[in-house]
Amino acid sequence: MHKRKPIIKIKERGIESLLLLSALSSIFVTLSIVFILFYEAIGFFKDVPLLEFLTGKQWTPLFAQPKFGILPLVTGTLLVTFIAVSVALPIGLIVAVYLSEYAPFKVKEVAKPILEILAAVPTVVYGYFALLFLTPILQKFIPELSGFNALSPGIIMGIMIIPYVSSVSEDAMKAVPMHIREGSYAMGATKFQTAFRVVIPSAFSGIAAAYIIGISRAIGETMVVAIAAGMMPNLTFNPIEPIQTLTAYIVGVSLGDVPHGTLEYKTIFAAGITLFLMTLFLNILGFIFRRRIREVY
Amino acid sequence: MMPKEDQNIYFIRERISRNKLRDHLFAIIGLLATLIGFVLLFTLIIDLLIDGFPRLGWQFFTSYPSRFPEKAGILSAWVGTTLVMIVTAATAVPLGIATGIYLEEYGKKNWLTHLIEINMNNLAGVPSIIYGLLALGLFVYFFRFGESILTGGLTLGLLILPMVVIATRESIRAIPNSIREASYALGATKWQTVKDHIIPYSTGGILTGIIIGLSRAIGETAPIITVGALTFIAFLPTPPITSEFPFLSFRWLSDPFTVMPIQMFNWISRPQHAFHLNAAAAGIVLLFMTLLMNGLAIYLRYRFRRKIKW
Repeated sequence: MHKRKPIIKIKERGIESLLLLSALSSIFVTLSIVFILFYEAIGFFKDVPLLEFLTGKQWTPLFAQPKFGILPLVTGTLLVTFIAVSVALPIGLIVAVYLSEYAPFKVKEVAKPILEILAAVPTVVYGYFALLFLTPILQKFIPELSGFNALSPGIIMGIMIIPYVSSVSEDAMKAVPMHIREGSYAMGATKFQTAFRVVIPSAFSGIAAAYIIGISRAIGETMVVAIAAGMMPNLTFNPIEPIQTLTAYIVGVSLGDVPHGTLEYKTIFAAGITLFLMTLFLNILGFIFRRRIREVY
Repeated sequence: MMPKEDQNIYFIRERISRNKLRDHLFAIIGLLATLIGFVLLFTLIIDLLIDGFPRLGWQFFTSYPSRFPEKAGILSAWVGTTLVMIVTAATAVPLGIATGIYLEEYGKKNWLTHLIEINMNNLAGVPSIIYGLLALGLFVYFFRFGESILTGGLTLGLLILPMVVIATRESIRAIPNSIREASYALGATKWQTVKDHIIPYSTGGILTGIIIGLSRAIGETAPIITVGALTFIAFLPTPPITSEFPFLSFRWLSDPFTVMPIQMFNWISRPQHAFHLNAAAAGIVLLFMTLLMNGLAIYLRYRFRRKIKW
């Protein structure tokens, strides 16, 4: 017995270190992302002044006379995100209220898995659907709608992110204690009044977090816009024109043969770091809101 | 003229019925909003089937891509997807389970555990294309793995790592402490407790997380395009099983590849309508795979939830 103990102890320690090492690998991933994005972007900003990058109104890095203004890609991203969010946020909230306050158990048992599947459909399939199904239909109502446009992928993306918004909001509403609802019912309020004047305000932090997650998803979404929104950097807020998002630009360049180390190669990292910083900001904001949920009760 | 009290009651009644009406209306609106997802999914499947079903034949699965749409198939794509998924699973499963176990069972409440936790949450929110840029810089050019199956698999492995970790943690957290205490009371060490009790009891939840993670990886396109997977591949990677000793070969890891979603994307972006039909057929296969995996995951979760009673 006495002889075996140290061996067991060493084994235990060894396993613990191995598990810790695995856990640390995620930190290594984050550090690599930050390092690579900054390293390549710094190379880019040696050739292109930061001011030109942030304020330039043209993005034509592959032309003979290249222009490196990120604004068209940023407005393209924001435009599609705005359309997606106008679809996803209200519908997501209604779905969450319905599932958390109204729906009978059986409806919930069916609805939740299907919402999950909606989030699992490959985005390239949604892209196909936006380009070859929704756009032709929309063109019947808006004849001047171009074949590539921001509207159609925006709408599809909006429906696609409903599950993200609704599931987090629903969790937040479920966390509201029952006695708060009972207090409202006791005052003679209907379910509708209770849901909108009592439950939603109490679950505000969680719903805000859900909204932020939805927005962040929309900003980072790639294939739907790369397929259906076009590949034309366009400084516009007109949803019926073709545009290009930050993500679609990265895809467009990667499809071609761009030699390692050239300025064109570095542009995708410049676009990437812009995208990363936008989503990072939202993720941190979402994290702060989500932490607040637990503090309330 | 009505007396004042009657008038009040009249108003109150009207108000109550208006509120009740609003209540019922919302129940209908809520159901309709929930149905939007169903309608989209249904229309999507019907649309794909109408366009792509006639293309789905034996020949479609056994042909390479081609200039002629009616001769083109998804052989190199589904083989590529299968091989990439093997690497993805081999990366994400051990790393994810180990991380989950560390955070739940070993990690003390200190800054390091907290940092790993926050970092994991943040990684789950990083857009997939950023993982593609990471892989391009790290795997393709720094480690010089090239535009290979290994690079693709590792990239998707890192991408789904947070999902595996979260699933592992949730199912470990559901195990009551009495199980651990009983094991310690019998003199088991920490690792013996984890190995003989925690891991077996959380298998269902972990498995569900792995399947959902892999189903997401199958459909992921953007990061694979970024690492430079080719869109036109008319050959297969080196077979992993050889006729000579040692019968196993890992040469396929460094071969160029394509995957299902990229093949589909390539067909969508061609102007000819006939290629769009191929894209729809590839979409059916892709959708079928993800639906099957998600269905399996939902079934597993349902079964394990019923079976386990602590």
